[in-house]
Amino acid sequence: MTMVTNNGLVYLIALPLFGAVSLLLLGRRADKWGHLLATALSAGSFAVGLFQLSEMLGRATESRPVTQKLFTWISVGSFNVDASLLLDQLSICFVLLITGVGTLIHIYSISYMSHDPDRRRFFAYLNLFIAAMLLLVLGDSYLNLYVGWEGVGLASYLLIGFWNQKAAYATASKKAFVMNRIGDMGLSFAIMIAFASLGTVSFSGVEEYAHHASEATMTAIGIMLLIAAVGKSAQFPLQAWLGDAMAGPTPVSALIHAATMVTAGVYLIVRSNFVFDAAPNAQLLVAIIGAITLIFGALIGTAKDDIKKALAASTMSQIGYMILGAGLGPAGYAFAIMHLLTHGFFKAGMFLGAGSVMHGMNDEVNMRKYGALRKFMPITFITFGLGYLAIIGVPPFAGFYSKDMLIETALNAGGIKGILLGGTALLGAGITAFYMTRVMILTFTSPKRWDDNQHPHESPILMWLPMAILAIGSVTSGFLLSRGDALKHWLEPLFEEHGEHTELLPPIVVSGLALTMVAIGVAIAVVKYQLSDVDSIAPEDVSVFTRIARRDLLQDDINEALFMRPGQALTSALVKVDESVVDGAVRGIGQMAMGSGSALRQTQTGFVRSYAMLILVGAAVLIAAIWVVTQ
Amino acid sequence: MNLANMNLLTLSMLLPLLGAAALAIAPKSNVLLTKQIALATTALVAVVGILMTINFDFNTKGFQFVESRPWIPAFGINYALGVDGIALVLILMSVLLTPIVVIAGWNESEGGRWSAKTFYSLILVLETMMIGVFASTDVFLFYVFFEAMLVPVYFLIGGFGSGERAAAAVKFLLYSLFGGLLMLASIVGIFVMSTRYGNRTFDITTLASLHTVLTPMMENVLFLGFFIAFAIKAPLWPMHTWLPDAAKSATPGTSVLLLGVLDKVGTFGMIRYCLTLFPDASKTFTPLIITLAVISILYGAFLAIGAKDIKRLIAYTSISHFGFITMGIFAMTTQGLSGATLYMFNHGFSTAALFLVAGFMILRRKSSTIADFGGLQRVTPIMAWSFFIAGMSSLALPGLSSFVSEFLVLVGTFTRYPVAAVIATFGIVLAALYILIPVQRALHGPTTPGNENLPDLTLREKVAIAPVIAIIVVLGFYPSPVLNIINPAATTVISQQGFTDPAPTNSEGK
Amino acid sequence: MAIENYLYLSAILFTIGAVGVVVRRNAIVVFMCIELMLNAANLSLVTFSRINGTLDGQVVAFFTMVVAACEVVVGLAIIVTIYRSRRSASIDDASLLKR
Repeated sequence: MTMVTNNGLVYLIALPLFGAVSLLLLGRRADKWGHLLATALSAGSFAVGLFQLSEMLGRATESRPVTQKLFTWISVGSFNVDASLLLDQLSICFVLLITGVGTLIHIYSISYMSHDPDRRRFFAYLNLFIAAMLLLVLGDSYLNLYVGWEGVGLASYLLIGFWNQKAAYATASKKAFVMNRIGDMGLSFAIMIAFASLGTVSFSGVEEYAHHASEATMTAIGIMLLIAAVGKSAQFPLQAWLGDAMAGPTPVSALIHAATMVTAGVYLIVRSNFVFDAAPNAQLLVAIIGAITLIFGALIGTAKDDIKKALAASTMSQIGYMILGAGLGPAGYAFAIMHLLTHGFFKAGMFLGAGSVMHGMNDEVNMRKYGALRKFMPITFITFGLGYLAIIGVPPFAGFYSKDMLIETALNAGGIKGILLGGTALLGAGITAFYMTRVMILTFTSPKRWDDNQHPHESPILMWLPMAILAIGSVTSGFLLSRGDALKHWLEPLFEEHGEHTELLPPIVVSGLALTMVAIGVAIAVVKYQLSDVDSIAPEDVSVFTRIARRDLLQDDINEALFMRPGQALTSALVKVDESVVDGAVRGIGQMAMGSGSALRQTQTGFVRSYAMLILVGAAVLIAAIWVVTQ
Repeated sequence: MNLANMNLLTLSMLLPLLGAAALAIAPKSNVLLTKQIALATTALVAVVGILMTINFDFNTKGFQFVESRPWIPAFGINYALGVDGIALVLILMSVLLTPIVVIAGWNESEGGRWSAKTFYSLILVLETMMIGVFASTDVFLFYVFFEAMLVPVYFLIGGFGSGERAAAAVKFLLYSLFGGLLMLASIVGIFVMSTRYGNRTFDITTLASLHTVLTPMMENVLFLGFFIAFAIKAPLWPMHTWLPDAAKSATPGTSVLLLGVLDKVGTFGMIRYCLTLFPDASKTFTPLIITLAVISILYGAFLAIGAKDIKRLIAYTSISHFGFITMGIFAMTTQGLSGATLYMFNHGFSTAALFLVAGFMILRRKSSTIADFGGLQRVTPIMAWSFFIAGMSSLALPGLSSFVSEFLVLVGTFTRYPVAAVIATFGIVLAALYILIPVQRALHGPTTPGNENLPDLTLREKVAIAPVIAIIVVLGFYPSPVLNIINPAATTVISQQGFTDPAPTNSEGK
Repeated sequence: MAIENYLYLSAILFTIGAVGVVVRRNAIVVFMCIELMLNAANLSLVTFSRINGTLDGQVVAFFTMVVAACEVVVGLAIIVTIYRSRRSASIDDASLLKR
């Protein structure tokens, strides 16, 4: 199948990349207008994306994907990788999400970062991120994707450590990069296996071979891709970096660590649907990881007092839903993407809301020091509240459609698997409702717990406008995307047909169950936080479970005990070994030579006569030896 | 002899010698003139190198710019030069790095035991030898350059270095001489064997068929003589301990030449001499060598993580990188070999960037202990950015040049030795640690007291570092110009070995 | 007289010389003993030359004499210099190379 070539794709990436490079190279000279350029370029990229969408809509279904070959990137022997871009129904969704939400967050940051002396650098990083993320979703092969994959990792590292003069923030950025690299290793393995066994690393190439290769090969590739996704999307067991990543400025948390970068894992799995469809075991593992993480993140979310960390835990949990959906095969891909898009709206909106609250509260992040902010920040309250209604899944807000579909698909996955996965998803919905209600109550509706030198105030228009736009998305996107299964039909040509699935429960019953769970979660939170007093200092006499949840379910302790400390011990042991054993052996040889030298030196008495004697004896021995030999 | 018709290789070797001669006549008091002569000469050589690359026809197999004159006819020794794609990119790297080293280390000769004249003469003589060692097509001539190269480096470390420079220089010299001795024994062996089989020669092309008449035992012994010399040079675990000491004591510019160019002679020798002359022995020892290479990758990385001195840290990262290069070479696939050669080229520039910026930092802080820096990003942003980009190149971030080569090596190795490749891949996680830890300690965090007023890079320093970073970035996105030169040579070597790339294991169903 | 007797004489002279070099301390005496050994060797060379009926040995003997003469010149000069600076002709006192 020859695909339509479109030479406009490169501008999607080139615009923000140009912004990043020029802002970094120009340095202080661009301080005055750098943020405007960056925002304009991001908006320009969004415009190109919209144009591409309109073009795509005008074509017949089978000719919608377009490609653009830029140049031959690596060509050695049979290993040939072009730098080429692919825009199809799946990537256009991401392009619009990335550039759209990205532009809104650029606008928000103009105001949010206005007092930071390094605002230009911040916008350069944002543009770099947009460019890398677009490359990630536009690359037509796993290796091209890999460039974007690590590129967003770099941008995330730079942005988490934007205020890296604080040692803890610098550590957080390093932690994120290193844990991401573990995931990247999985992607490397996947590419290596694909090349060694299939001879190709492009999406279309792997898809072509997917059904001819052995299941073992596809399972291996699938599991390695899963590891990559787990690292990037902060899924169990590589989830520990996301909470610390909140060290970055809040717009970063909204864009990178909520709406876009962390969802790259979902993109990778859905993009590789042909791999997972050919490897049922790997696919099941995807669903299981998603199910574990959605509960894991939700549990952490119930105990966090830091508003950004609570939202980060929620992000982890919501991506767990998406991964679960992606692990359900052709039935779930479209819903995973749908949840990804709606989540992009409501979570980014809520993060911006959190930023707005922090903006008004002198950068206080502890929700126990909030309260009653509804009166002081009405717009933030409304936009955040709409996002809240969306995430807990109240109809007709966006999250209801996407999450409900995911729960239903999970339940219908068949047999015990369906009941377990679906049950977990239902339980997760309840916990989500609990912890998000807790966030709402602690921040906005409970009595005030801040001292009088705080002067909460509403944020300027540049900040609340993006929040308002995202709130509109949180309200409408679910309805729009699921009306007449719009998104499902849009994406359908990319996925395999899936057979008739069993229906465990009728949809209306599933919705009822989910809403019941949500109602229970909300009720518990209301009783616990609205109707009773909240301490402004976190109580110490709490259950073991709460303690563990506050420590992020011991994720850091486990990582430290299992990897960090043994690694440090190994490092210092090797340093000693190198010093004493390896180099010691070398120095030992040197000392042996010197030692034998000083031993032999004793024979050099300096007396000519003893030398003469030695010569004589030596000559005699030589003659005797010759005589013996010749006899 | 008409200069216009002169072989470019010989010309590029002659120019630095002329420069050194000019330095000898130049007045000792005029240090600036000395530096200008050195810079002009090295820049001219770089131009010749670029001309050579332009005139190189990468569709022809075999050596180009060939020149051969009898040198010691009684032993069949010729002054024979010629380059294939592999040698050419290494020469190009060497001649590009030398002027950069001169610019970056404009004041490096200060604090030395001898005058600036001596310093730059040594650099120029070293440049001649660096070109010669890659360009020789006569085994004996190669050996002469290989050993003679030690002399200027010995004096550069011992005379102009810092700290325990004399001890480090001696350690370097003894290590290298030991390897050279083993190689000499093998060269004598080759001579005896080639005489015995009726073709008294040191010509590399003729000797390539010698292995057909050697007994396996003899071939193994001769192979080991060469290989150990190269493994010390490269350096491969466990023969690496001279490198951190030498790199720590040498001036940054010398370290660039030492790690960037001289160590490549080891890996280059493995391709040119070990593989070509002794293909069967290479096969015999491949499992052992791949094992050593994988150990080097992880071991060097761990030691880099544990290093407290920034120069030692860079030296250890290089041990890890040389592990990748060696692994790629002995994987015997075109991806592995091309990747390894490209790796040598890229490593030259990324290590150069790291060492030069580390040198700038040390110059300002008067200390090479990582803990003495801190918060530099806010004090000296340009210097910090340069270090960061160099570090990102060292950890093989996609989009920078090292990624292409490292990935090619891994893919090329995976198709034949999956286990080794899988273990080696863990090196990329360790790489993130050994780069980000010094980045965090030196560049991030609160500014360490005493560092608040460190000056940022001067114009001269920017001029030195900018082209290196430009090469790193451009080749990351567009490596084809270099790969196109390397590929035919790599294919030739692989086919000489009687190898073909493994076919995809799982695509026959199609 | 049997020609072997010359060889015996040569051996005896050489032994005397060798013992003298090892035993005596006076540099001049040691020097004379060395000359004795050289001449013992010369005697052997000439004798073998006679036995074999060729002139090779004789030629070498002349060489030895010339070399011995040169050696005496240099050697005596060294001894005299040492005597001047150290006021002693004992070779045991000239152990400077030890350090």
